[in-house]
Amino acid sequence: MTILVLAEHDNAHLKADTAKVVAAASAIGGDIHVLVAGHQCAEAANAAKALTGVTKVLVADSALYANHLAENLGKLIISLSTDYSHILSAASSVGKDTLPRVAALLDVAQISEVISVESADTFIRPIYAGNALATVQSLDDKKVMTVRSSAFDAVASTGSAELVAIDTAIDARTQFVSQTLTESARPELGNAGIIVSGGRGMGSGENFAILEQLADKLGAAVGASRAAVDAGFVPNDLQVGQTGKIVAPDLYIAVGISGAIQHLAGMKDSKVIVAINKDPEAPIFQVADYGLEADLFDAIPALNNLL
Amino acid sequence: MKVLVPVKRVVDANVKVRVKADHSNVDTANLKMALNPFCEIAVEEAVRLKEAGIATEVVVVSVGSKAVQEQLRTAMALGADRAIHIETDEELVPLSIAKLLLAVQQKEQAQLVVFGKQSIDGDNNQTGQMLAALADMPQATFASEVKVEGDNIVVTREIDGGLQTLTMPLPAVVTVDLRLNEPRYASLPNIMKAKRKPLDVHSVTDLAVTLKAHQTVLKVTPPAERQAGIMVSSVEELVEKLKIEAKVI
Repeated sequence: MTILVLAEHDNAHLKADTAKVVAAASAIGGDIHVLVAGHQCAEAANAAKALTGVTKVLVADSALYANHLAENLGKLIISLSTDYSHILSAASSVGKDTLPRVAALLDVAQISEVISVESADTFIRPIYAGNALATVQSLDDKKVMTVRSSAFDAVASTGSAELVAIDTAIDARTQFVSQTLTESARPELGNAGIIVSGGRGMGSGENFAILEQLADKLGAAVGASRAAVDAGFVPNDLQVGQTGKIVAPDLYIAVGISGAIQHLAGMKDSKVIVAINKDPEAPIFQVADYGLEADLFDAIPALNNLL
Repeated sequence: MKVLVPVKRVVDANVKVRVKADHSNVDTANLKMALNPFCEIAVEEAVRLKEAGIATEVVVVSVGSKAVQEQLRTAMALGADRAIHIETDEELVPLSIAKLLLAVQQKEQAQLVVFGKQSIDGDNNQTGQMLAALADMPQATFASEVKVEGDNIVVTREIDGGLQTLTMPLPAVVTVDLRLNEPRYASLPNIMKAKRKPLDVHSVTDLAVTLKAHQTVLKVTPPAERQAGIMVSSVEELVEKLKIEAKVI
């Protein structure tokens, strides 16, 4: 058995998701190869080389792969697929975009958002926004799956895999126009150890400043509920929930968030949950390890003073 | 330009499903069903393209039991012109659905296929991408803005960490995200009108598509319940608990 893992990277940096998907691959067992497809991505490839358990890093370095377009990235993976029993990626925007194309062209089903590996062909994945867990056995000869990275602990970087250049260049009809990434000195939501999240109770975008202050004191990322995003308080990429980011930090502080099913689905696997809300009936308290019934505009400044 | 919108009937988003006692599946008996919310946004976008004079016809298609006709009528009440029902009582994986949709697309020759990015039951997020691959079309997933410019489509997508804009020639597949638009409510006259709009029914055999078994669901279990913790009475107590008991700060 040989497993191919699609690396998650921005050419310069390998994202932590990759080390978590490699952990899922290790749980399946067998040789693990990582594909780094990008443009001027040597640094990402070097980081992938060190991931524990990886024996080979395939590097497809071409301007054609600079923007990780599903159309040709999918075809590139297909061109490499013969040797692999499993093809894995993170359930990231690139992985979710690309892997179904790979599965369809291989005529196999895809198993999405795997949270546990039971055996080489049996996996657990959430359905109905995490309200149920399905144990699924694949009957296909190749297994194509996306992995929910928050469910796996990253492997260490103690290895030294072989680098192999792949010179297959495949063009796409899809053209990249532009990209705007939210610039922030804070950690990314997906990898943060601590997340401070605000909901509709924040009242306005300006009021998020007090949460940002708290986040900076804790070295935390800032998140938001869908209600806060829909109200226009913060941009959509901060959204934690079923339709936003699924996170599992060590500490999740939910501020002014009532705890709709949709939101809980995105954060209920956090190790410790704190809820601060003035409504004692808010459902968020049912999943919180520590609940504080208080007005957030009193509690957060007080918290900022104490830390 | 013809627009094809595949839609799905799912358990209403506001209903919390429960797992059957024998762990064979979730219990969907007698639950309120609805058009998948993402599919509703896809229908709305297609209808807006028609209202803007860009699309000439909006065709909705669904795969499933006879009951899905209810959601096809809903989609027509929202403005779709006609519907195609591929009738099957089997629960199919997204790849099989994509193969059936490919047969429909080959017949209809739609220039644009608009999907919801995922259904809120299976949460697979695969079918649109799979149809695009099978039909060898370019795709733009997780769209938050869609513009048709001549023979091209320009789509802004929600990606991890921000937004990305792509352009591609038609025919293409677009899957839509939550913030693309806010779907309208169907008016009573439109609901009545939808009852008379054409709805064709096909079987899997009609479409000459061979499907195979790809996976077995061994069991469906409830997730581990999170135990409610304790209420603290002050910010000071909270900080102390986090430092000393939970040791997370």
